[in-house]
Amino acid sequence: MKKILEVEDLHISFHTFAGEVQAIRGVNFDLYEGETLAIVGESGSGKSVTTKSIMRLLPPGNSEIKSGKILFKDKDLAKATEKQMQKIRGKDISMIFQDPMTSLNPTMTIGKQIMEPLLKHQKLSKSKARERALKLLDLVGIPKPEVRLKQYPHQFSGGMRQRVVIAIALACTPKVLIADEPTTALDVTIQGQILDLMKDLQKQIETSIIFITHDLGVVANVADRVAVMYGGKIVEVGTVDEIFYNPKHPYTWGLISSMPSLDTDDEELYVIPGSPPDLLNPPKGDAFAPRNPYAMKIDLEEEPPMFQVSDTHYAATWLLHPDAPKVEPPEAVKERMDKFREKAAGSIKEGK
Amino acid sequence: MVEEEKLLEVKNLKQYFNVGKTKEVRAVDGLTFDIYKGETLGLVGESGCGKSTTGRSIIRLYEATDGEVLYQGKNVHGKKSKAEIKAFNRKMQMIFQDPYASLNPRMKVSQIIAEGIDIHGLAKSKKDRMEKVCSLLETVGLNREHANRYPHEFSGGQRQRIGIARALAVDPEFIIADEPISALDVSIQAQVVNLLKKLQEEKDLTYLFIAHDLSMVKYISDRIGVMFAGKLMELAPSEDLYRSPMHPYTKSLLSAIPLPDPDYERSRIRIAYDPSQHHYDEKEEVKMREVAPAHYVYCSEEEFEKYKKNYNSKEKV
Repeated sequence: MKKILEVEDLHISFHTFAGEVQAIRGVNFDLYEGETLAIVGESGSGKSVTTKSIMRLLPPGNSEIKSGKILFKDKDLAKATEKQMQKIRGKDISMIFQDPMTSLNPTMTIGKQIMEPLLKHQKLSKSKARERALKLLDLVGIPKPEVRLKQYPHQFSGGMRQRVVIAIALACTPKVLIADEPTTALDVTIQGQILDLMKDLQKQIETSIIFITHDLGVVANVADRVAVMYGGKIVEVGTVDEIFYNPKHPYTWGLISSMPSLDTDDEELYVIPGSPPDLLNPPKGDAFAPRNPYAMKIDLEEEPPMFQVSDTHYAATWLLHPDAPKVEPPEAVKERMDKFREKAAGSIKEGK
Repeated sequence: MVEEEKLLEVKNLKQYFNVGKTKEVRAVDGLTFDIYKGETLGLVGESGCGKSTTGRSIIRLYEATDGEVLYQGKNVHGKKSKAEIKAFNRKMQMIFQDPYASLNPRMKVSQIIAEGIDIHGLAKSKKDRMEKVCSLLETVGLNREHANRYPHEFSGGQRQRIGIARALAVDPEFIIADEPISALDVSIQAQVVNLLKKLQEEKDLTYLFIAHDLSMVKYISDRIGVMFAGKLMELAPSEDLYRSPMHPYTKSLLSAIPLPDPDYERSRIRIAYDPSQHHYDEKEEVKMREVAPAHYVYCSEEEFEKYKKNYNSKEKV
C-alpha cells in the first residue's frame, strides 16, 4: 500500500501565560491510501491538535510547530505558507468537525456552502457547481435536494446537518479526510447511519480517513488501524484486531477495561486512576507511569521506545522489553487475548 | 428488589408544547410508569423522543399538560403553596447533561453548591455551611481547596462532579440524571458512573437515568424504559430487555450500539424501524401489556399474543 501522508517526529507547543505547553511530543504515523486510521485517547491527549496541525488550523498567535515534518505529496505541510495551505484545505485534505450545529454558517444557504469549495478550488461555473451540489446532497442521502439546497442550517436536524458537512468535505474528492469526532454529538441510531455513509463514500471516492474519537465502539466499527494517544504521544499503534484483541500498552488495557460490555455485571467499572499528565512540565520517563499499576522503576526514569510486536503493531511500554517481568493484564483484556490466540490458531489451521 | 415501595408514579403524563397552534408538539404523549424506592430506572431513546422532557416534567420544570406525577402518593403538579414546593424540591434533584452550561460561570463552586443549603436553611452557621460544602466536595471526589474556584477552572468530569455535589446538597431522595455522562470522555464516564453507584448505596438514592448510551444504561439501571415519539415502547428489567427485546424499536436500537469488538462490528446487521410496520387498526387498542413478568411492551392484542409466544419459546431454549 502506498503512503499518502507521513507525520514524522512532530513537536507542537502552545505558549501560554503559565509557560510552554508541550501538547505534542514526538508523534510519528503514516496514513496509507484508502485506509481509515482511528486516533483514540482522552481529552487533552493531543488527538485534535495533531490533526489540526495537518490542516494548519492551529492559532498562529500562540502555537508553534517546534520540529517535525508533515509530508503530503512530497510537500512538507509543516513549512507551507498560508497561501499554499489555502489551496490544499478543502481540496486535497478536508475536515469534518464534531459539532454540526456550529460548523455550518447560519447565514448562508446550504447550497452556497456546498458550492463554495467547488467554485474556489475546481473553478466550476455557478450552474455546474449547483448541479454538482445537488448530486452531493443526493449522495449523502438528503431527500429532495432541490428544495434543501435553498434552505438554511437551522432547518436541518443534527444528523442531516452532519450529512451536509460531509457533503462539503467531500465536494472536491479529497485525498485525505479528517473526521474529528463526527458522531459524538449524534445519538446511536443516527450515528450508525453516518458511519455507514462514511464507509460507503470512502469506497466510492477512495479517500483515506483519519478518524478521531474516544468511543471505542465506533473505532471497532470504522477503523482499519488504530493509534492510541496519551500525553502528546502515540503509545500504541496496530491493526484494529491487534489493538482490541491483543493490546500491549497498559493505557490501552485501561481504556478497554473502563468500557462496560453488554454482559458486564454488577462489579465496579475499571477506572484509570489519577489524572492526565501536566504538559507544562512533562514528566521524565513514561508519562503514563504515575497512573500505571504495572509501572516499573525504569518507567520513571527513561521513556520507553516503540517496541515492535508484529509488522503492523507497535507499543511504547517497557513491559515489552525482553528483560521485563511477565505481568497479568486485567481480566477483560485477558479474555480478549484468548480470543485473539484462538483466532490466530484458527487461521493457521485454515491454511491462511 | 425485595420490598417494592413505589416512590414515584407517573400516570398518563402528557406534555404538549404550543397547544392549540399549528405547530403543536406532543413531546410526551401518555406515559405511565412507576419508579420503586432504591432502584435506577433507565430511560433511553433517540434524540427528540421526549426522554428529557419526561425528566423535566417530573421535576416540574414544565407544567404538565395532562396526567399525574405522584411522588410518595402526592401530586407534584397542580396548585401548591410555596412551602409545599420547597419541601418537594428538597426531595427531588436533577443533574444536567452539559456540565459547561449548567454551572453559573460567575459563581464560585462554594456558592453553587451552597445555594440549595441557603434556600432551605440547612446550615446553622457560616462555619457549618462551609463544612457542608467541603464534605460534599469530598464525597464527589474533589477536595476542599476547590471550593473557592470558578467553574471554568475545572475539566468536564470535575464539573459534572460539582453538578452532582449541588444535587446532593439538600439530601434528596430522588435524582433525575439527564444524560449526565454524554458529554464526557470514556475514562471519565466510568468514574462518574462509579460515583453515582457508590452514592446510591451510601445514601439510599433512587435514580431516573436518562441517556442514549445503551451499554452504560444497562450497566447502571435495574429496569429500562425505551421511548419512541413520546411513548414508552418497552419497559423491562435490564437483563431481560437486552436478552429478549420484543418491540421492533428496541431491537433496532440495540442493533445500533457500536461495541468495542471489531469482529462483532464486521458482522453487525442494523435493523431499521418504521412505525408504520405495525399496521394498527383504528379500532385496535394499543397499550402497554405485560408480556412476561415485569416486562411490558406497547402492542395491540394480536401482537401481544405473538410476543408472548416468542418469549416463551425463547425461554425453553
